[in-house]
Amino acid sequence: MNDPRGIAPGSIVARPATRGVGRANLVALYTIARREAHRVLRIWTQTLVPPAITMTLYFVIFGKVIGSRVGTMDGFPYMQYIVPGLVMMSIINNCYSNITSSFFGSKFGRYVEELLASPMPSWVVLTGYVAGAVMRGVLVGIIVMAIALFFTSLHIAHPLVAVTTVILGATIFSLAGFINAIFAKRFDDIAIVPTFILQPLSYLGGVFYSVKLLGSPWQEVSLVNPILYFVNAFRFGILGVSDVPVWGAYVVMLAFVIVLGAVALWLMNKGVGLRS
Amino acid sequence: MPAASPSDAIPALEVKALRKTYGNGVQALKGVSLTVRQGDFFALLGPNGAGKSTLIGILSSLVNPTAGDARVFGISIHDDRGGVMRQIGLVPQEINFNQFETPFDICVNVAGFYGIPRSVAKRRAEKYLNELRLWDKAFQATRHLSGGMKRRLMIARAMMNEPKLLILDEPTAGVDIEIRRSMWQFITGINRTGTTVILTTHYLEEAEQLCRNIAIIDHGEIIEDTSMRRLLRKLDVETFVLDVTGIEGALPDVEGVRLARVDELTLEAELPSGRDLNSLFAALTAHGITVTSMRTKTNRLEELFVRLVERGNGDARNAKGGPQA
Repeated sequence: MNDPRGIAPGSIVARPATRGVGRANLVALYTIARREAHRVLRIWTQTLVPPAITMTLYFVIFGKVIGSRVGTMDGFPYMQYIVPGLVMMSIINNCYSNITSSFFGSKFGRYVEELLASPMPSWVVLTGYVAGAVMRGVLVGIIVMAIALFFTSLHIAHPLVAVTTVILGATIFSLAGFINAIFAKRFDDIAIVPTFILQPLSYLGGVFYSVKLLGSPWQEVSLVNPILYFVNAFRFGILGVSDVPVWGAYVVMLAFVIVLGAVALWLMNKGVGLRS
Repeated sequence: MPAASPSDAIPALEVKALRKTYGNGVQALKGVSLTVRQGDFFALLGPNGAGKSTLIGILSSLVNPTAGDARVFGISIHDDRGGVMRQIGLVPQEINFNQFETPFDICVNVAGFYGIPRSVAKRRAEKYLNELRLWDKAFQATRHLSGGMKRRLMIARAMMNEPKLLILDEPTAGVDIEIRRSMWQFITGINRTGTTVILTTHYLEEAEQLCRNIAIIDHGEIIEDTSMRRLLRKLDVETFVLDVTGIEGALPDVEGVRLARVDELTLEAELPSGRDLNSLFAALTAHGITVTSMRTKTNRLEELFVRLVERGNGDARNAKGGPQA
């Protein structure tokens, strides 16, 4: 009996060389990321338009109407001061909701089995989904930033800090969303964290104010909020001011990436929420 | 020394003492061992809940085994999961693709998951969607496909990595006979090119016609593992369906023959294998019954299957000391 690929019957199937596997993993990674990007663009009215509308309202209400009475904060007009926080908040929320809805959707529709029954290692699946979510976060960030320019002018103080903070922040919340989706059994389970944890932490994370305005102990309590570090690092990148040392923010962000990435990989390798 | 035949070679599948106990305590597999030779067309049969899907789930990496091992073309599921997956194409029982994507995208993406470059994947998708008569639907959202089309799409998808072992878990469930036959034709063709096929089905006629070897699993244990021919030889009775006219009153008594009326124009006669039919025809003629045509009742495997499973149930009841029917 002839094998269509020319493998003689009875021969031990040679395992692909490491280079071959490496290339196969890259193709697989590209395929997942491409599929995720395609999904974001296909349902753009659900993925890109709502954050644009929400943030426009924030700029109008908090920036123009209320902000004009607030005056300056940390030496910047209030409108300008809240832009980095609002951009980061949009990125965080969109990365999180993208990966939870997409990965949980694949579990719910059972097409996650296409991934699980393929030769892809767990890190490829994870990286592919994270890349897709980061892509949406960055796209939303650019849209929100562009909208902000209708209301105020911006001079980017430290571009490298701004870019790395966006990438790290987006990665962190994509990983967190992925873990949420792994454990989720119902659609309610992916709505609980954004509503009851993410949103309050965002509002209390210095998006609208400098924590220096808070008295003790609330200033110290605020330092426990990880979003404070992401928002302030990004604000440093855009405006050049921050409530926390930037190196400290990088330490926090890198620690989150490592810990959340390790947890997500461990859960995937164990098959928690995925394999019986 | 003669060259090794495929049957002497490394098996396509070798399952050893495989056990699976789910979190709720259900023992789905109780030490299953099984060998499928390269190039075989193998039937894995069993009643609902027997453990078939769990076994397939373990082979396709969707279920973690509790103990035991399975080797696909010599590669252990414990040593090299990716290596095993590269050999396997899976057609699951339940529809499991994104209903918002098109058949073409689904096939091309799945090929990508196997590391197949996009240009090759596109050619393969076109080839298999054409062969399974789905090309005209290739760019429509899959939620608009009929049940039969969805089943065929899952076969096309499973072929994207051109597997050496194709596992089909009830691929023709709920599919009309015409499409079922076209699917049989496709799968038979795939088997002829050297791909080993493992089929689970509730249509025993399908297994009888297509498969060369068979295993029957029940209550998580293999209760029969043999060739289809040997298994059918075990059937010591044959059943004939007779189209007749002139049935009036009681049917004649014919020694050694169990005669049953199906309707006014049909009788079923069950008699030991190899026994001549002359006495039956003579008795029917004497009763004024004319046989206009006759055929063998095709589903012989079904009779055997029911017997084996019932025997298994009886053994299980005996082992538990429970009541016997």
